[in-house]
This record gives sequence, C-alpha cells and structure tokens, in this order.
Amino acid sequence: MTATATQQPASDLFTISLGNWKLAILSGLVVSVVAGAVLPASASFWIVGAMAAMIAAAFAFNAYRRKYYGGLLVAPAIAVLFVMNIFPLLWSLGLSFFAYQSNQQSIRFVGLNNYIKALTNDIAAADNWDALINTAMFVVFTVSAQMIVGFLLALLFAKQFPLRKYLLILVLTPMMLSVVASGVFFTYYFDPTFGILSYVMGNITGEQFILMDNKVGAVAGIVFADAWMWSPFVMLLVLAGLVSVPKFLYEAAAIDRVSGWRRFWTITFPYIRGLLMLALLFRTIEAFKLADLVILLTKGGNDTMTISYHLIRIANEQNKTSEGAAISYVMLFMVIVLTNLYLYLANRRSQGT
Amino acid sequence: MSAAPSIFEKLGFRKASGVGEAGWGHTLLVAIVAFIYFLPVLMIIFTALKPATEALSVPPTLSPTSLFGLIPEQFVFSPTLENFTSVFSRSMTVGGAPEDTGFDHFFFNSIVIASVSVLLALIIGTLAAYGFSRYPLKGNDTYLFIILTTRMLPAIVVIIPVILMFRVVGLSGSYIGIILLYTAFNLAFTIWMMKSFFDELSTDVEDAARIDGSSEVKVFLKICLPQVIAGLAATFVFGLILTWNEFLFALLLTGVDTRTVPVAMNQAVSSGGRGTDWTLLAAIETLFLIPVFLVTFFLQNHLLRGVTFGTVKR
Repeated sequence: MTATATQQPASDLFTISLGNWKLAILSGLVVSVVAGAVLPASASFWIVGAMAAMIAAAFAFNAYRRKYYGGLLVAPAIAVLFVMNIFPLLWSLGLSFFAYQSNQQSIRFVGLNNYIKALTNDIAAADNWDALINTAMFVVFTVSAQMIVGFLLALLFAKQFPLRKYLLILVLTPMMLSVVASGVFFTYYFDPTFGILSYVMGNITGEQFILMDNKVGAVAGIVFADAWMWSPFVMLLVLAGLVSVPKFLYEAAAIDRVSGWRRFWTITFPYIRGLLMLALLFRTIEAFKLADLVILLTKGGNDTMTISYHLIRIANEQNKTSEGAAISYVMLFMVIVLTNLYLYLANRRSQGT
Repeated sequence: MSAAPSIFEKLGFRKASGVGEAGWGHTLLVAIVAFIYFLPVLMIIFTALKPATEALSVPPTLSPTSLFGLIPEQFVFSPTLENFTSVFSRSMTVGGAPEDTGFDHFFFNSIVIASVSVLLALIIGTLAAYGFSRYPLKGNDTYLFIILTTRMLPAIVVIIPVILMFRVVGLSGSYIGIILLYTAFNLAFTIWMMKSFFDELSTDVEDAARIDGSSEVKVFLKICLPQVIAGLAATFVFGLILTWNEFLFALLLTGVDTRTVPVAMNQAVSSGGRGTDWTLLAAIETLFLIPVFLVTFFLQNHLLRGVTFGTVKR
C-alpha cells in the first residue's frame, strides 16, 4: 500500500495505483457498458455495483491521501441513502409527470396534469384538502400531547430514586409494541360491547358508550393511542438532556435564590433544547405520516382520513401510482417548508442566546 | 404523595438541586404513574394468558389472580399457557392435527434483519455524523436536510419504485434487500441524532490529543466515541424498536423465507375469516416484545447514567 501511495501526479492516467480514480472511472464505465449490453439485467446490476464500489474505493483512497476526511466519512451513508431512498424518490418524482398505473403496462407523459388534478379537481382535490386538514389537526394534537406527556414523565424520572430502572422500563414498553398489535388492542379496549372503556363508562352513565361513533371521539381515540405509544420517545430524549445538567448550576442558583420558573428557563432549558427540538422534529415528521393507527381504529370513518392513508388508498388499493406520487410531492413540499421554518426558528433562538 | 408541599416539587423541581436523590415517596408516586402507563400492555399480556373462550367475556376479565380477594371474582380468569404453544404449533382447520406454523423461523428472521440493519446503520451513520460534525463539507446543511427529507414522505411513495428496482435486480424476498432498505430507513435518524451528540462535545480534548500526535482515527475511536456511548445506546434502541415493528416494507418486500413477525402476526390473526384471534395475537405480541424489552433493559444504564454528553461540555 505504501509503495503505491507515494506522491505520483494524479494526471498519470494509466498508472495502476489505488488512488487513480480516473483510471477506475474509465475501466468501470467500459466494463459496465459491456456488461449492460451483454448480460441479463440481474447479473449486470452486480457488475455495475462492483465497478461503482471500485470507483468509490479509488476516490476513498485519494481522499484519505489528501486528508479530505469529511467526504470520506459521509460517503458510505450518502451511497446507501442514494440507492435505497433518493433514487426511488426521484423515480417516483418522475412518475408523477406520467399517467401510470402499477397494474397496467401503458405509460403516457401528461406533464403537470396529476398535480393540477390533485390541487384543483372538484372531487379529488376536495378529498385531498379534507385529508390534509385532518392530518394537520392530528399533527397538532398528537405532537403536543406527546411533548407534554413526555416532558412530564421525564421530569418524574430525572432524579435518582429507588427502583428507578425498573419503573422506567415499564414506561418505555408502549413504544416497543408493534403498531399492528397495539392498534388492534386499542380497538379491543374501545369496543362498544367487549371493551373495558365502554364497560366502565357504561357503569358510570348507565347507557351504552361508543367512543368511535362521532368525530370527536374517534379523533380522541386515535390521538390517545398515538400519544400513549410515542410519549416515551420524547421522554427518553428530554431525560437525556435533563440528567446532563451539571448539579453545581442548581446549587449556585439555590444560593442566589433564583425562582423555580427562572431556574428552569435559564439552567435546565438550554440543556434540553437541542434534544427537545430533535424530538419535536422527528415526531412532527412521523405524525404527518400517521396512517396505520387510523387504518386499524377507524378505517378513515367519521372524517378521520389522513393524507398518508389517503395516499395508500390511491397508490396501493386503486393502483393510481402516479397520482399518488403527485399528491405526495405536494405534501413533501409542505413538510419541507414547515421544517425549514422550524429549523430557521430553532437556529435563530440558539444563536440569540 | 401525602407530604407534597408544592406542585413543582412533585414534578421534579427540588429546592436544592435538579438531579438529586429522592426517597421512597417519589418511588411510590412514579410507581403509580408507571403502572397506569403500563396498564394497556399489562392487559395484552394478561389476554395472552386467558383461555381463548374468555377473550370476549362481558364484563371483561381483568386479572389472573384475585390478589387475595382484592379483585371481585367476576373479573378473575384462570391463567393458561395454551396460547403460547399455539403460536408455534396449532391446528389450522377445525379439528385438524396441530401443524408447525413456522413462527420460530419468523422470529429468527426478525432478529437477524433488525439487528444487522440497525448495527449497519449505526456504524455508517455514526461515521457520517462525525464527518458532518467535525469536517463540514461545502453545503453541509443542505446534505443534512436532504437526508432528513428521506424520512418525510410516506413509505408508500418510496416503496413502489423500490419494488420495481428489487424485482429487476433479483433482491425481492432476499435478506440483503430488506436489510439494505432498513439500513437506509434508519440512517436519517441515526445521523441527526449522533450529530447532535457530537456537536455537544467539547473539541478542546480532541485538539489537545491532535497536538500530542494522535492520529485522526485514534481521536475518533479513543476520545470521541467513548463520550457518546449514551447517544449510541439511545440511537440503537430507537432504531431497533422502529425496525423491529416495521410493517409496510416487510409486508411488500419479504418472501416466505424472510417474512418477519409483524407480517406473520397480521396474517395469523386475520386469516380464516373467524375475526380477530385475540388471545393468539396477544401471545405473539408478548413473545415478540421480550427481545426488545431485554435489549432496552440492558442498555438502560447507558441511557441514563452515561447521558452526560461526555466528560467536558462546551
């Protein structure tokens, strides 16, 4: 390795060395094109992959020699994300400009028609907007419930006390349940005849209690189940911040007789801000995708359709792949605007203090 | 609970210190809260112990023991382990002989797929997070944001191109395909989480080590990594939980040999048109809960004690 790594001019195209990325690209391209032309798709994929790996190795070696560590460290992650996420996303972005159904062979370029239909068509657009408004409502309710409950739970666990370890794992368990099981079991708990909730409420009020028979109850049931499952996530992140606050700061504050409220804002909050923001960001993104609990609990009835479930219906059940892609890019645009706004606010705050 | 002077003290703000020792009184308070929070899970576990005929009894039976007469007789059922054995072997038709359900294999699949992909994501993602944090690239924030956007779209949008791609390449129904997909699925969260931990570290120690002649690799392995063990533990737990329970990708991209438990659970419970088999579902879920529960429990020490973001704060 050291023998080939001596300072050769990189322009030396035909020098065989580990860092010669130009030769790697050239040979890689030639071999890939030949393989693509001669071999079947499944075999040539692996050859192209191996060539890509070779080029990547040449780049990596070159980067290492030049002490370009940033690119070197980030590259594997970018590569995996590109193949498994960004490339499929670009593919579906492309599909959104075509009329394509996954159960049919025909494909036809239609330009922006899918987008126009998603935003302005009398029937389709109205459904989309309803689902979007419902989603926004779920985002606000579930995320705020999770933040509040998670925060309060974290405050409870921020101290050392006997059996803390065993009690904490109990609170973390809801997060570990599979959504299929927890969703199905919430229908069981909420069930009008067999459910525990209806049994208790029935005994109190004396009449049959059906939680899911109106919108308020259905939304409350879904929000409750979602918040119950994911508050521990917020709790764990907030807790990580809370226990990292150095104790001497509180002792100094106690000597200076700082009020509890100010102590929280000036000492505790700066330590949890970063993780609180991370929790808020990821929960908001996940809440925008809320679908499985809705499918299991209400099947979108009682006006609880969310945009993500609506998409599953369009793209998977009605096989309107390209229409679904168009709607989801409109949705992605909204989430990006929202996240950028939020990251901007978060950055401004952290620089302001 | 009884001697609680102010609401703030109850919530964890103590007069002298924030992270201090609290006594058994606090344990009692937390125990009540934790028990209420855990109750729905406990009901699932108890349902797994019920005889199948009692699953839908009215009033609902609640407890396997009467707790020395505390719980009225009508709410008590007699526990059985029948459901757990029928997870692995039960008769598929009425009156038929017990058949192997293959659930041991599905559990094996879940364990292999989840652990390999989460570990891969943790390794690749931690390296990338370190890179983003210490050697910012041109347009660093843009890269980070693009990585975040991969998590913003509903899975259904990504999945159709992925299915087509896998079919062309011959990866559908294979371990490699689903593991790579889950690795990518976990990367965004891993990178953002680990970057926030690396950002919190003070660079003074690293710079000192560099001046003393440590290589970059050594700085990363010996100085930075030990300080973020808490972050690694937390990221691993979150990633494991998400991957372990992932349903949609697994449903559409695993074959008979690579099927994971959530998919098999959904099929076992809803097949045969007899409606939901509550006790069987509860038994599968209870068994399925055990591995993640244990992993989280053993990593918990790192989650809590170690979460000081390292020795030195900026």
